[in-house]
Amino acid sequence: MRYSALQILKQGLSGNRGWGRAWRKPEPKPDYDVIVIGGGGHGLATAYYLAAEHGITNVAVLEKGYLGGGNVGRNTTIVRANYGLPGNSEFYSHSLKLWEGMEQALNYNVMHSQRGIINLFHSDGQRDAAARRGNAMRNQGDDAILLDRDACREMLPYLDYEQSRFPIHGGLYHPRGGTARHDAVAWGLARGADRLGVDLLENCEVTGIDIEGGAVTGVQTTRGAIRARKVAIVVAGRSSQVAAMAGMRLPIESHVLQAFVTEGLKPVIDHVVTYGMGHFYISQSDKGGLVFGGDLDFYPSYAARGNLPMVEHVMEAGMTLMPMIGRARLLRSWGGIMDMSPDGSPIIDTTHIDGLFLNCGWCYGGFKAVPGSGHCMAHLIATGRPHVAAAKFRLDRFETGVGLMDEEGTGAQHNLH
Amino acid sequence: MLIPCPLCGPRDLREFTPKGAAVTVDRPAADAAPEVWHDYLHLRDNPAGPSRELWWHGVGCGAWLVVDRDTVTHEVTSVVLAGEVAAE
Repeated sequence: MRYSALQILKQGLSGNRGWGRAWRKPEPKPDYDVIVIGGGGHGLATAYYLAAEHGITNVAVLEKGYLGGGNVGRNTTIVRANYGLPGNSEFYSHSLKLWEGMEQALNYNVMHSQRGIINLFHSDGQRDAAARRGNAMRNQGDDAILLDRDACREMLPYLDYEQSRFPIHGGLYHPRGGTARHDAVAWGLARGADRLGVDLLENCEVTGIDIEGGAVTGVQTTRGAIRARKVAIVVAGRSSQVAAMAGMRLPIESHVLQAFVTEGLKPVIDHVVTYGMGHFYISQSDKGGLVFGGDLDFYPSYAARGNLPMVEHVMEAGMTLMPMIGRARLLRSWGGIMDMSPDGSPIIDTTHIDGLFLNCGWCYGGFKAVPGSGHCMAHLIATGRPHVAAAKFRLDRFETGVGLMDEEGTGAQHNLH
Repeated sequence: MLIPCPLCGPRDLREFTPKGAAVTVDRPAADAAPEVWHDYLHLRDNPAGPSRELWWHGVGCGAWLVVDRDTVTHEVTSVVLAGEVAAE
Protein backbone atom coordinates (compact mmCIF):
# COMPACT_ATOMS: atom_id res chain seq x y z
CA MET A 1 0.00 0.00 0.00
CA ARG A 2 1.33 3.41 -0.94
CA TYR A 3 1.02 5.94 1.89
CA SER A 4 -0.45 9.32 0.95
CA ALA A 5 -2.79 12.03 2.22
CA LEU A 6 -5.51 10.54 0.05
CA GLN A 7 -4.93 7.12 1.64
CA ILE A 8 -5.30 8.62 5.13
CA LEU A 9 -8.61 10.17 4.09
CA LYS A 10 -9.81 6.94 2.47
CA GLN A 11 -8.81 4.77 5.44
CA GLY A 12 -10.23 7.30 7.89
CA LEU A 13 -13.61 7.17 6.20
CA SER A 14 -13.63 3.36 6.38
CA GLY A 15 -12.78 3.19 10.09
CA ASN A 16 -9.03 2.64 9.62
CA ARG A 17 -9.63 -1.09 9.12
CA GLY A 18 -7.77 -1.32 5.82
CA TRP A 19 -4.19 -0.62 6.92
CA GLY A 20 -2.18 -3.77 6.24
CA ARG A 21 1.07 -4.91 7.83
CA ALA A 22 4.02 -2.71 6.90
CA TRP A 23 6.16 -5.77 6.19
CA ARG A 24 5.75 -9.55 5.83
CA LYS A 25 6.76 -12.16 8.40
CA PRO A 26 8.38 -14.75 6.12
CA GLU A 27 9.85 -18.13 7.04
CA PRO A 28 13.61 -18.44 6.42
CA LYS A 29 14.53 -19.81 3.00
CA PRO A 30 17.40 -22.37 2.87
CA ASP A 31 19.67 -19.96 1.03
CA TYR A 32 20.07 -16.33 0.05
CA ASP A 33 22.48 -14.27 -2.05
CA VAL A 34 23.27 -12.06 0.92
CA ILE A 35 22.62 -12.39 4.65
CA VAL A 36 22.72 -9.23 6.73
CA ILE A 37 23.16 -10.01 10.44
CA GLY A 38 21.46 -7.29 12.45
CA GLY A 39 18.04 -5.70 11.96
CA GLY A 40 18.89 -2.24 13.25
CA GLY A 41 19.14 0.96 11.28
CA HIS A 42 22.39 0.09 9.53
CA GLY A 43 21.40 -3.51 8.73
CA LEU A 44 18.01 -2.52 7.37
CA ALA A 45 19.56 0.30 5.33
CA THR A 46 22.15 -2.14 3.94
CA ALA A 47 19.41 -4.53 2.83
CA TYR A 48 17.29 -1.71 1.41
CA TYR A 49 20.12 -0.27 -0.69
CA LEU A 50 21.22 -3.75 -1.86
CA ALA A 51 17.75 -4.15 -3.31
CA ALA A 52 17.08 -0.57 -4.40
CA GLU A 53 20.49 0.35 -5.85
CA HIS A 54 22.00 -2.96 -6.89
CA GLY A 55 18.96 -5.11 -7.71
CA ILE A 56 20.03 -7.77 -5.19
CA THR A 57 16.72 -8.76 -3.66
CA ASN A 58 17.39 -12.32 -2.52
CA VAL A 59 18.50 -10.95 0.83
CA ALA A 60 17.70 -11.86 4.44
CA VAL A 61 18.07 -9.60 7.46
CA LEU A 62 18.54 -11.68 10.62
CA GLU A 63 17.51 -9.99 13.85
CA LYS A 64 17.79 -11.73 17.22
CA GLY A 65 15.01 -9.62 18.76
CA TYR A 66 12.59 -7.36 16.98
CA LEU A 67 13.39 -4.90 14.19
CA GLY A 68 14.72 -1.60 15.45
CA GLY A 69 14.93 -2.79 19.06
CA GLY A 70 18.55 -1.80 19.52
CA ASN A 71 20.41 1.47 19.19
CA VAL A 72 18.25 2.81 16.36
CA GLY A 73 15.45 3.08 18.91
CA ARG A 74 17.67 4.21 21.79
CA ASN A 75 19.47 7.34 20.58
CA THR A 76 18.97 11.11 20.74
CA THR A 77 17.85 11.22 17.07
CA ILE A 78 20.38 13.81 15.87
CA VAL A 79 21.23 13.99 12.15
CA ARG A 80 24.21 16.14 11.08
CA ALA A 81 27.21 16.44 8.79
CA ASN A 82 29.65 18.57 10.80
CA TYR A 83 32.80 16.47 10.85
CA GLY A 84 36.18 17.98 10.13
CA LEU A 85 38.56 15.23 9.05
CA PRO A 86 38.89 13.80 5.53
CA GLY A 87 37.25 10.38 5.58
CA ASN A 88 34.54 11.34 8.03
CA SER A 89 33.71 14.60 6.29
CA GLU A 90 32.78 13.16 2.88
CA PHE A 91 30.97 10.23 4.46
CA TYR A 92 28.64 12.21 6.71
CA SER A 93 28.04 14.69 3.90
CA HIS A 94 26.99 11.75 1.71
CA SER A 95 24.77 10.43 4.48
CA LEU A 96 23.02 13.76 5.06
CA LYS A 97 22.17 13.99 1.35
CA LEU A 98 20.61 10.53 1.55
CA TRP A 99 18.61 11.67 4.61
CA GLU A 100 17.27 14.57 2.60
CA GLY A 101 15.80 12.21 -0.01
CA MET A 102 14.88 9.36 2.32
CA GLU A 103 11.21 10.12 2.94
CA GLN A 104 10.42 10.38 -0.77
CA ALA A 105 12.46 7.29 -1.60
CA LEU A 106 10.81 5.21 1.13
CA ASN A 107 7.32 6.71 0.87
CA TYR A 108 7.52 6.96 4.65
CA ASN A 109 7.40 9.92 7.00
CA VAL A 110 10.51 9.67 9.16
CA MET A 111 9.84 13.19 10.48
CA HIS A 112 13.26 14.39 9.35
CA SER A 113 13.41 17.91 10.71
CA GLN A 114 16.32 20.12 9.60
CA ARG A 115 15.91 22.51 12.48
CA GLY A 116 19.60 23.38 12.70
CA ILE A 117 22.34 22.45 15.14
CA ILE A 118 24.30 24.98 17.17
CA ASN A 119 27.58 23.87 18.77
CA LEU A 120 28.34 26.49 21.40
CA PHE A 121 31.84 27.69 22.20
CA HIS A 122 33.06 29.35 25.37
CA SER A 123 36.60 30.59 24.78
CA ASP A 124 38.79 32.10 22.05
CA GLY A 125 40.44 28.74 21.49
CA GLN A 126 37.10 27.03 21.03
CA ARG A 127 36.03 29.79 18.63
CA ASP A 128 39.12 29.12 16.49
CA ALA A 129 38.39 25.38 16.52
CA ALA A 130 34.76 26.04 15.56
CA ALA A 131 35.81 28.34 12.70
CA ARG A 132 38.23 25.70 11.43
CA ARG A 133 35.58 22.99 11.61
CA GLY A 134 33.08 25.28 9.88
CA ASN A 135 35.55 25.88 7.06
CA ALA A 136 36.13 22.15 6.71
CA MET A 137 32.36 21.62 6.48
CA ARG A 138 32.03 24.35 3.81
CA ASN A 139 34.95 22.90 1.87
CA GLN A 140 33.05 19.63 1.84
CA GLY A 141 30.05 21.48 0.36
CA ASP A 142 27.96 21.46 3.51
CA ASP A 143 26.70 24.46 5.43
CA ALA A 144 28.20 26.16 8.46
CA ILE A 145 27.76 29.65 9.89
CA LEU A 146 29.86 31.08 12.71
CA LEU A 147 27.55 32.91 15.14
CA ASP A 148 28.78 35.56 17.53
CA ARG A 149 27.31 36.00 20.97
CA ASP A 150 24.59 38.46 19.83
CA ALA A 151 23.45 36.15 17.04
CA CYS A 152 23.28 33.30 19.59
CA ARG A 153 21.23 35.47 21.94
CA GLU A 154 18.83 36.16 19.09
CA MET A 155 18.34 32.46 18.30
CA LEU A 156 18.75 30.96 21.78
CA PRO A 157 17.52 33.59 24.25
CA TYR A 158 17.11 31.06 27.05
CA LEU A 159 20.79 30.23 27.60
CA ASP A 160 22.71 31.57 30.60
CA TYR A 161 25.09 33.98 28.83
CA GLU A 162 26.30 35.74 31.96
CA GLN A 163 27.74 32.79 33.84
CA SER A 164 31.21 33.71 34.96
CA ARG A 165 32.82 30.28 34.66
CA PHE A 166 31.93 29.34 31.08
CA PRO A 167 30.52 32.43 29.31
CA ILE A 168 29.03 31.75 25.88
CA HIS A 169 31.13 33.38 23.15
CA GLY A 170 29.10 32.12 20.21
CA GLY A 171 28.27 29.00 18.26
CA LEU A 172 28.83 27.10 15.03
CA TYR A 173 25.47 26.86 13.29
CA HIS A 174 24.78 23.95 10.92
CA PRO A 175 21.37 24.77 9.42
CA ARG A 176 20.88 21.45 7.59
CA GLY A 177 21.43 19.46 10.77
CA GLY A 178 18.46 18.41 12.87
CA THR A 179 16.60 15.37 14.07
CA ALA A 180 14.49 12.48 12.76
CA ARG A 181 11.96 10.18 14.38
CA HIS A 182 14.28 7.26 15.14
CA ASP A 183 11.76 4.39 15.23
CA ALA A 184 10.19 5.59 11.99
CA VAL A 185 13.60 5.35 10.31
CA ALA A 186 13.80 1.66 11.21
CA TRP A 187 10.19 1.03 10.21
CA GLY A 188 10.47 2.97 6.95
CA LEU A 189 13.64 1.14 5.91
CA ALA A 190 12.13 -2.21 6.92
CA ARG A 191 9.03 -1.55 4.86
CA GLY A 192 11.12 -0.27 1.96
CA ALA A 193 13.35 -3.34 1.98
CA ASP A 194 10.41 -5.72 2.37
CA ARG A 195 8.58 -4.20 -0.58
CA LEU A 196 11.62 -4.90 -2.75
CA GLY A 197 11.61 -8.57 -1.71
CA VAL A 198 14.01 -8.65 1.24
CA ASP A 199 13.10 -11.22 3.94
CA LEU A 200 13.15 -9.68 7.42
CA LEU A 201 13.59 -12.55 9.90
CA GLU A 202 12.94 -11.52 13.48
CA ASN A 203 13.66 -13.66 16.56
CA CYS A 204 16.42 -15.21 14.51
CA GLU A 205 19.67 -15.13 16.44
CA VAL A 206 22.88 -16.11 14.71
CA THR A 207 24.72 -18.77 16.70
CA GLY A 208 27.51 -19.61 14.28
CA ILE A 209 29.12 -18.55 11.02
CA ASP A 210 30.00 -21.34 8.59
CA ILE A 211 33.38 -21.00 6.89
CA GLU A 212 34.89 -23.49 4.45
CA GLY A 213 38.30 -23.07 2.86
CA GLY A 214 38.55 -19.44 3.91
CA ALA A 215 35.17 -18.50 2.48
CA VAL A 216 31.86 -17.98 4.20
CA THR A 217 29.11 -20.45 3.28
CA GLY A 218 26.27 -19.49 5.58
CA VAL A 219 25.17 -19.08 9.19
CA GLN A 220 23.65 -21.17 11.95
CA THR A 221 20.65 -19.55 13.63
CA THR A 222 18.00 -20.27 16.23
CA ARG A 223 15.67 -20.79 13.25
CA GLY A 224 17.97 -23.27 11.51
CA ALA A 225 20.92 -23.13 9.14
CA ILE A 226 20.82 -20.63 6.28
CA ARG A 227 23.28 -20.65 3.38
CA ALA A 228 24.72 -17.60 1.69
CA ARG A 229 27.97 -16.74 -0.12
CA LYS A 230 27.97 -13.26 1.30
CA VAL A 231 27.36 -12.43 4.98
CA ALA A 232 27.47 -8.94 6.49
CA ILE A 233 27.98 -8.34 10.21
CA VAL A 234 26.09 -5.15 11.11
CA VAL A 235 25.46 -5.58 14.82
CA ALA A 236 26.86 -2.46 16.54
CA GLY A 237 27.49 -3.18 20.24
CA ARG A 238 27.49 -6.95 19.70
CA SER A 239 30.14 -6.87 16.94
CA SER A 240 32.79 -8.61 19.05
CA GLN A 241 30.50 -11.57 19.85
CA VAL A 242 29.40 -12.13 16.25
CA ALA A 243 32.90 -11.62 14.81
CA ALA A 244 34.21 -14.16 17.35
CA MET A 245 31.98 -16.75 15.61
CA ALA A 246 34.23 -16.23 12.58
CA GLY A 247 37.35 -16.44 14.74
CA MET A 248 38.01 -12.70 14.62
CA ARG A 249 39.01 -10.30 17.40
CA LEU A 250 38.02 -6.71 16.69
CA PRO A 251 39.41 -3.34 17.72
CA ILE A 252 36.14 -2.65 19.54
CA GLU A 253 35.07 -2.11 23.13
CA SER A 254 31.35 -1.89 23.95
CA HIS A 255 30.35 0.94 26.26
CA VAL A 256 27.14 2.36 27.67
CA LEU A 257 25.86 5.79 26.64
CA GLN A 258 22.87 7.19 28.47
CA ALA A 259 20.07 9.41 27.20
CA PHE A 260 17.14 11.12 28.88
CA VAL A 261 13.72 12.54 28.10
CA THR A 262 11.46 14.84 30.10
CA GLU A 263 7.70 15.05 30.19
CA GLY A 264 6.13 16.74 27.15
CA LEU A 265 6.34 20.53 27.19
CA LYS A 266 5.18 23.31 24.88
CA PRO A 267 7.71 24.20 22.15
CA VAL A 268 10.67 25.88 23.84
CA ILE A 269 13.88 24.59 22.21
CA ASP A 270 13.76 25.09 18.45
CA HIS A 271 17.17 23.66 17.50
CA VAL A 272 19.66 21.03 18.56
CA VAL A 273 22.02 22.73 21.02
CA THR A 274 25.31 21.35 22.30
CA TYR A 275 27.31 22.66 25.24
CA GLY A 276 31.03 23.22 24.68
CA MET A 277 32.17 22.98 28.29
CA GLY A 278 30.33 19.91 29.51
CA HIS A 279 29.08 16.90 27.65
CA PHE A 280 25.46 17.85 27.02
CA TYR A 281 23.27 18.08 23.92
CA ILE A 282 19.56 18.69 23.72
CA SER A 283 16.62 18.95 21.35
CA GLN A 284 12.87 18.87 21.76
CA SER A 285 10.93 16.02 20.22
CA ASP A 286 7.80 16.66 18.19
CA LYS A 287 5.86 15.22 21.12
CA GLY A 288 7.33 17.94 23.34
CA GLY A 289 9.79 15.95 25.45
CA LEU A 290 13.23 17.44 25.95
CA VAL A 291 15.61 14.76 24.65
CA PHE A 292 19.18 15.05 25.89
CA GLY A 293 22.31 13.07 26.48
CA GLY A 294 25.86 13.29 27.67
CA ASP A 295 29.05 11.33 27.62
CA LEU A 296 29.82 7.63 27.96
CA ASP A 297 29.94 6.14 31.44
CA PHE A 298 33.43 5.10 30.25
CA TYR A 299 33.48 1.51 31.47
CA PRO A 300 32.72 -1.45 29.17
CA SER A 301 29.08 -2.48 29.50
CA TYR A 302 26.36 -4.47 27.80
CA ALA A 303 23.76 -3.60 30.45
CA ALA A 304 21.91 -1.03 28.28
CA ARG A 305 21.63 1.09 31.42
CA GLY A 306 24.13 3.37 33.12
CA ASN A 307 25.06 4.62 36.56
CA LEU A 308 24.13 7.71 38.53
CA PRO A 309 27.39 9.71 38.40
CA MET A 310 26.92 10.33 34.67
CA VAL A 311 23.24 11.14 35.23
CA GLU A 312 24.36 13.76 37.74
CA HIS A 313 27.00 15.15 35.37
CA VAL A 314 24.53 15.52 32.50
CA MET A 315 21.94 17.24 34.70
CA GLU A 316 24.57 19.62 36.09
CA ALA A 317 25.79 20.50 32.60
CA GLY A 318 22.22 21.11 31.45
CA MET A 319 21.45 23.32 34.45
CA THR A 320 24.65 25.33 33.89
CA LEU A 321 23.79 25.98 30.27
CA MET A 322 20.02 26.53 30.43
CA PRO A 323 18.76 26.90 34.00
CA MET A 324 15.15 27.01 32.75
CA ILE A 325 15.05 23.25 32.27
CA GLY A 326 15.39 22.73 36.03
CA ARG A 327 11.61 22.78 36.35
CA ALA A 328 11.07 20.03 33.79
CA ARG A 329 10.51 16.58 35.23
CA LEU A 330 12.57 13.71 33.90
CA LEU A 331 10.40 10.98 32.48
CA ARG A 332 12.80 8.24 31.42
CA SER A 333 16.45 7.43 30.98
CA TRP A 334 18.03 4.56 29.12
CA GLY A 335 21.34 3.33 27.77
CA GLY A 336 22.58 1.99 24.45
CA ILE A 337 25.52 -0.32 23.74
CA MET A 338 28.13 1.62 21.77
CA ASP A 339 30.72 -0.15 19.61
CA MET A 340 33.71 2.07 20.41
CA SER A 341 36.68 1.93 18.03
CA PRO A 342 40.14 3.14 19.09
CA ASP A 343 40.07 6.33 16.97
CA GLY A 344 36.36 7.07 17.35
CA SER A 345 35.63 6.46 13.65
CA PRO A 346 33.78 3.54 12.05
CA ILE A 347 34.75 0.48 10.02
CA ILE A 348 33.10 -0.57 6.73
CA ASP A 349 35.32 -3.19 5.17
CA THR A 350 35.89 -6.69 3.88
CA THR A 351 37.62 -9.23 6.14
CA HIS A 352 40.27 -11.89 5.61
CA ILE A 353 37.39 -14.35 5.08
CA ASP A 354 35.94 -14.33 1.55
CA GLY A 355 32.37 -13.11 1.51
CA LEU A 356 32.37 -11.86 5.10
CA PHE A 357 31.85 -8.11 5.44
CA LEU A 358 32.12 -5.97 8.55
CA ASN A 359 30.29 -2.79 9.54
CA CYS A 360 30.97 -1.53 13.09
CA GLY A 361 32.74 1.01 15.25
CA TRP A 362 30.05 3.68 15.06
CA CYS A 363 30.81 4.74 18.61
CA TYR A 364 28.11 7.15 19.83
CA GLY A 365 27.34 8.54 16.37
CA GLY A 366 25.61 5.79 14.45
CA PHE A 367 22.14 7.24 13.97
CA LYS A 368 23.01 10.03 11.55
CA ALA A 369 25.08 7.51 9.59
CA VAL A 370 22.18 5.09 8.99
CA PRO A 371 21.53 5.78 5.27
CA GLY A 372 25.18 6.50 4.44
CA SER A 373 26.37 3.35 6.18
CA GLY A 374 23.74 1.19 4.49
CA HIS A 375 24.42 2.75 1.11
CA CYS A 376 28.20 2.28 1.32
CA MET A 377 27.91 -1.20 2.86
CA ALA A 378 25.56 -2.31 0.07
CA HIS A 379 28.02 -0.93 -2.49
CA LEU A 380 30.88 -2.89 -0.90
CA ILE A 381 28.86 -6.13 -0.78
CA ALA A 382 27.52 -5.79 -4.34
CA THR A 383 30.70 -4.65 -6.11
CA GLY A 384 33.48 -5.88 -3.80
CA ARG A 385 34.95 -2.37 -3.83
CA PRO A 386 34.53 0.33 -1.16
CA HIS A 387 32.24 3.24 -1.93
CA VAL A 388 34.26 6.42 -2.45
CA ALA A 389 32.55 8.10 0.51
CA ALA A 390 33.54 5.30 2.91
CA ALA A 391 36.87 4.22 1.44
CA LYS A 392 38.82 5.37 4.50
CA PHE A 393 36.81 3.27 6.99
CA ARG A 394 39.36 0.47 6.81
CA LEU A 395 39.69 -2.29 9.37
CA ASP A 396 43.49 -2.41 9.02
CA ARG A 397 44.14 1.27 9.81
CA PHE A 398 44.93 0.50 13.44
CA GLU A 399 47.50 -2.10 12.49
CA THR A 400 49.16 0.02 9.81
CA GLY A 401 48.67 3.38 11.49
CA VAL A 402 47.75 4.82 8.09
CA GLY A 403 44.57 6.86 7.80
CA LEU A 404 43.53 7.03 11.44
CA MET A 405 40.60 9.40 11.89
CA ASP A 406 40.86 10.74 15.42
CA GLU A 407 38.26 13.50 15.20
CA GLU A 408 38.71 14.55 18.83
CA GLY A 409 42.50 14.61 18.65
CA THR A 410 42.86 12.54 21.81
CA GLY A 411 44.80 9.59 20.39
CA ALA A 412 43.87 6.42 18.55
CA GLN A 413 43.56 4.16 21.57
CA HIS A 414 40.72 2.66 23.54
CA ASN A 415 39.17 4.57 26.45
CA LEU A 416 40.07 7.98 25.04
CA HIS A 417 36.86 8.81 23.17
CA MET B 1 28.19 0.89 41.36
CA LEU B 2 30.47 0.39 44.38
CA ILE B 3 33.99 -0.93 43.92
CA PRO B 4 35.63 -2.51 46.97
CA CYS B 5 39.16 -1.09 46.91
CA PRO B 6 41.55 -3.47 48.72
CA LEU B 7 43.11 -0.49 50.51
CA CYS B 8 40.08 1.77 51.12
CA GLY B 9 37.05 -0.52 51.27
CA PRO B 10 33.86 -0.12 49.20
CA ARG B 11 33.91 3.25 47.44
CA ASP B 12 31.66 5.08 45.00
CA LEU B 13 32.15 4.82 41.22
CA ARG B 14 32.94 8.56 41.12
CA GLU B 15 36.33 7.95 42.73
CA PHE B 16 37.52 5.62 39.96
CA THR B 17 38.67 5.96 36.35
CA PRO B 18 38.19 2.88 34.16
CA LYS B 19 40.94 1.95 31.68
CA GLY B 20 39.24 -0.89 29.87
CA ALA B 21 40.48 -4.45 29.53
CA ALA B 22 43.32 -5.36 31.88
CA VAL B 23 45.74 -6.04 29.03
CA THR B 24 48.25 -3.50 30.27
CA VAL B 25 49.28 -5.71 33.18
CA ASP B 26 50.86 -7.95 30.58
CA ARG B 27 52.69 -5.47 28.36
CA PRO B 28 54.68 -6.90 25.41
CA ALA B 29 58.44 -6.47 25.30
CA ALA B 30 59.71 -3.37 23.47
CA ASP B 31 61.11 -5.52 20.66
CA ALA B 32 58.01 -7.71 20.29
CA ALA B 33 56.63 -8.18 16.76
CA PRO B 34 54.34 -5.43 15.36
CA GLU B 35 51.40 -7.88 15.33
CA VAL B 36 51.86 -8.44 19.06
CA TRP B 37 51.77 -4.70 19.71
CA HIS B 38 48.73 -4.26 17.45
CA ASP B 39 46.99 -6.98 19.40
CA TYR B 40 47.91 -5.38 22.70
CA LEU B 41 46.97 -1.84 21.73
CA HIS B 42 43.83 -2.34 19.69
CA LEU B 43 42.24 -5.80 19.67
CA ARG B 44 39.93 -6.70 22.52
CA ASP B 45 37.91 -9.75 23.61
CA ASN B 46 35.18 -7.29 24.67
CA PRO B 47 33.22 -9.96 26.56
CA ALA B 48 29.50 -9.71 27.34
CA GLY B 49 29.69 -11.22 30.82
CA PRO B 50 32.68 -11.71 33.15
CA SER B 51 35.43 -9.26 32.27
CA ARG B 52 38.86 -8.40 33.70
CA GLU B 53 39.49 -4.67 33.73
CA LEU B 54 41.94 -2.07 34.92
CA TRP B 55 40.64 0.76 37.12
CA TRP B 56 42.48 3.64 38.80
CA HIS B 57 41.40 4.78 42.25
CA GLY B 58 42.42 8.35 41.44
CA VAL B 59 40.21 10.19 43.94
CA GLY B 60 41.13 7.70 46.65
CA CYS B 61 44.42 5.98 47.37
CA GLY B 62 45.71 6.29 43.79
CA ALA B 63 46.16 2.53 43.38
CA TRP B 64 45.77 0.75 40.05
CA LEU B 65 43.33 -2.11 40.44
CA VAL B 66 42.47 -5.23 38.47
CA VAL B 67 38.70 -5.54 38.73
CA ASP B 68 36.72 -8.66 37.78
CA ARG B 69 33.34 -7.35 36.78
CA ASP B 70 30.33 -8.58 34.82
CA THR B 71 29.66 -6.27 31.86
CA VAL B 72 26.01 -7.36 31.66
CA THR B 73 25.02 -7.04 35.34
CA HIS B 74 27.76 -4.59 36.51
CA GLU B 75 28.43 -6.97 39.43
CA VAL B 76 31.98 -6.66 40.81
CA THR B 77 33.30 -10.06 41.86
CA SER B 78 36.94 -9.41 42.74
CA VAL B 79 39.35 -6.48 43.13
CA VAL B 80 43.10 -6.85 43.57
CA LEU B 81 46.02 -4.45 43.34
CA ALA B 82 47.44 -4.37 39.81
CA GLY B 83 50.95 -4.58 41.27
CA GLU B 84 50.13 -7.93 42.83
CA VAL B 85 48.70 -9.26 39.56
CA ALA B 86 51.73 -8.07 37.61
CA ALA B 87 54.08 -9.71 40.12
CA GLU B 88 52.45 -13.12 39.64
